[in-house]
Amino acid sequence: MAARRLPALLLLGAAFAAPAAAADYAALPGGTFASVLPADGKAAPARIAPFRLRTEPVTNAEFLAFVKSHPQWRRDRVPAVFADARYLSHWAAADALGPDALPAQPVTRVSWFAAQAYCESEHARLPGWYEWEYAAAADARQADARADPAWRERVLAWYARPSSTPLPAVGGAPDVHGVRDLNGLVWEWVDDFNALLVGSDSRDQDGADKLRFCGAGAIGMQQKENYATLMRVAMLSSLRATDTTNNLGFRCARSE
Amino acid sequence: MSRLLTTVLAAAGLLSLAACSGKPETPAAAAGQPAVASTSAIPGDFGPPQGEPVHAVLTSPPNVPPPVHRDHPAKVIVDLEVIEKEMQISEGVTYTYWTFGGTVPGSFIRVRQGDTVEFHLKNDPNNKMPHNIDLHGVTGPGGGAASSFTAPGHESQFTFKALNQGIYVYHCATAPVGMHIANGMYGLILVEPPEGLPRVDHEYYVMQGDFYTTGKYREKGHQPFDMDKAIDEKPTYVLFNGHEGSLTGDKALAAKVGETVRLFVGNGGPNLVSSFHVIGEIFDTVRQEGGTVEQHNVQTTLIPAGGAAMVEFRTQVPGSYVLVDHSIFRAFNKGAMAILKVDGPENKAIYSGKEVDAAYLGDRAEPNLHAVATAAKANAAGTLSKEDQIAAGKQLFTGTCSVCHQASGEGLPGVFPPLAKSDFLAGLGKDELIGIPLHGHTGKVTVNGKEYDSVMPPMSQLTDDEVANILTFVLNSWGNPGGQISKEDVARVRAQPAPAPAAGH
Repeated sequence: MAARRLPALLLLGAAFAAPAAAADYAALPGGTFASVLPADGKAAPARIAPFRLRTEPVTNAEFLAFVKSHPQWRRDRVPAVFADARYLSHWAAADALGPDALPAQPVTRVSWFAAQAYCESEHARLPGWYEWEYAAAADARQADARADPAWRERVLAWYARPSSTPLPAVGGAPDVHGVRDLNGLVWEWVDDFNALLVGSDSRDQDGADKLRFCGAGAIGMQQKENYATLMRVAMLSSLRATDTTNNLGFRCARSE
Repeated sequence: MSRLLTTVLAAAGLLSLAACSGKPETPAAAAGQPAVASTSAIPGDFGPPQGEPVHAVLTSPPNVPPPVHRDHPAKVIVDLEVIEKEMQISEGVTYTYWTFGGTVPGSFIRVRQGDTVEFHLKNDPNNKMPHNIDLHGVTGPGGGAASSFTAPGHESQFTFKALNQGIYVYHCATAPVGMHIANGMYGLILVEPPEGLPRVDHEYYVMQGDFYTTGKYREKGHQPFDMDKAIDEKPTYVLFNGHEGSLTGDKALAAKVGETVRLFVGNGGPNLVSSFHVIGEIFDTVRQEGGTVEQHNVQTTLIPAGGAAMVEFRTQVPGSYVLVDHSIFRAFNKGAMAILKVDGPENKAIYSGKEVDAAYLGDRAEPNLHAVATAAKANAAGTLSKEDQIAAGKQLFTGTCSVCHQASGEGLPGVFPPLAKSDFLAGLGKDELIGIPLHGHTGKVTVNGKEYDSVMPPMSQLTDDEVANILTFVLNSWGNPGGQISKEDVARVRAQPAPAPAAGH
């Protein structure tokens, strides 16, 4: 999609702006990983190269600093093709947070384009789905805790919690990699969010529809804990790159 | 005019055939007309919508929008908003519901067969989840699901023609579908026949659903969804209209005597099939599964998950009628109960109310124990005669004593002593005699010159009444000396301590 290149072009102009304050990145070893979305559309595990992941989601304070140094991403200046009308609309002003956006809360109501631009300002990128899913499989003790009912319950419990209360601040308990808040705080953008529903086998004409219909739950249902992750896939796949929602934030990643 | 239209449509049909055979599609297809299908070939299609578009009246359960009363197909705009919100599922118990229109079940939609429905699905910006809608009344892939997949803070639009009349379930079909449905994302859409439904006095909207919480039934506090229970199909709650007590007390459905009631009853599931029954009513008419065949005089109608029925009856007698899922533990232990309160004058010719409140002796009041029942009644009335006692005692003896002592009272030589013409019996005092059935008898005993040494257990299951009747019967049978034992005598002996085994013999 051609539009993807545009924010990069925009950022060329901003390349001389001061980089955002240094954020913590944790090293993740990668390897093979049994994703809910098999690499070959059937059962093949994903192969993940070693990478670094931001230990916390980007906060309002961090995104405010970014917007100040990159004013083209202010909500009153961003072109409509890069963010919808809800972009940062909970902030008190285009350059101020206010009572509905506390500094330590994760930033939400950001579009994919804006998230991508922010990450580039940290000399990083958005994580791929496999990277994100692999990282989120960890708990405090093991790298892949998905077989542990407690892991699944924690993920599902967040879905069951109404979103009527303000978001907590970032800084939950670290997992075995030292990464926080992957599950249970906000949805997070991934780089390839709009590729998740396209079957890798293009002959599979049903691929794009599978998660939208009744039978969709059958995909990858060998393990029922996949339910928790599939809901995230469903959420991400409902989005367009300009969309913003009240519960959607992001964090960045770097290749090793 | 219509001939011209047919010609144009036929041409369009040929072109679409050509497209199917792989030839390039001509941009001039249908000459500027939208390539809609023929109006006459499809049953239920009464042509293009006429007049100004109308906005559908949506109602919250248990209310049903008024009849359409329209003689032509129209464009009907439906605005339905998805709202995720915390509500009470039972007293002191909250749950995060996902709803169509803020209620469980979702808003009731009513259109006319042949209407063109322009559907707007809005996903509230505060929601966490993407949602969509699959209407079983839609002819088309996914019932609209693929066309209505909507992220939080967005709106989707699609249009369909309501070709088939009937009452249809709609539900969210976003993965995981089961969880979206379990959280309350279902409702009903009624597609009226062109002439409308027969007039009734009341129409109500009732929908069953099963709910899965991590805590037990009625465990207080906020209860999250339990995926394991849902997969195992073991619901914590089975409810009408989403909440325990949603249709009871001052929220009960209401009607007056002599009125007709139509219930649109749906079942959202996700798992259970409902055996829908109204205690004390017989359904005059059921359109089972929401279809067009009418069934009459139905007691309980089966409503599949993802199905619905139209149920009609006329109220005759005032009172509270309980709507239940007659898989009855669901009603009394999981909440599947609702009330229809019927007010008006009594009709004793149809139903009398309570006429008799009498003692009932259960299955012991079989014909062969009729005398026992007679004696019990006479006893209660204070008119018990010796003859009543003997008659009752004879029947009780048959059940309790004759296995050993034999119906003839002769006993079995060497094993069970005889009661007939028994010198032993004749020699007993009244209290000793009463003591034998009460406490049993163990050890050596000589009866009519023969020695017995066996064990008779205490007949502690017998009441004072029964002991008195049996003994009176024995004393007055088989050449025994006669006499009468009263229940007071028995009660007095029972109150004394049991004698030592074989004492006095």
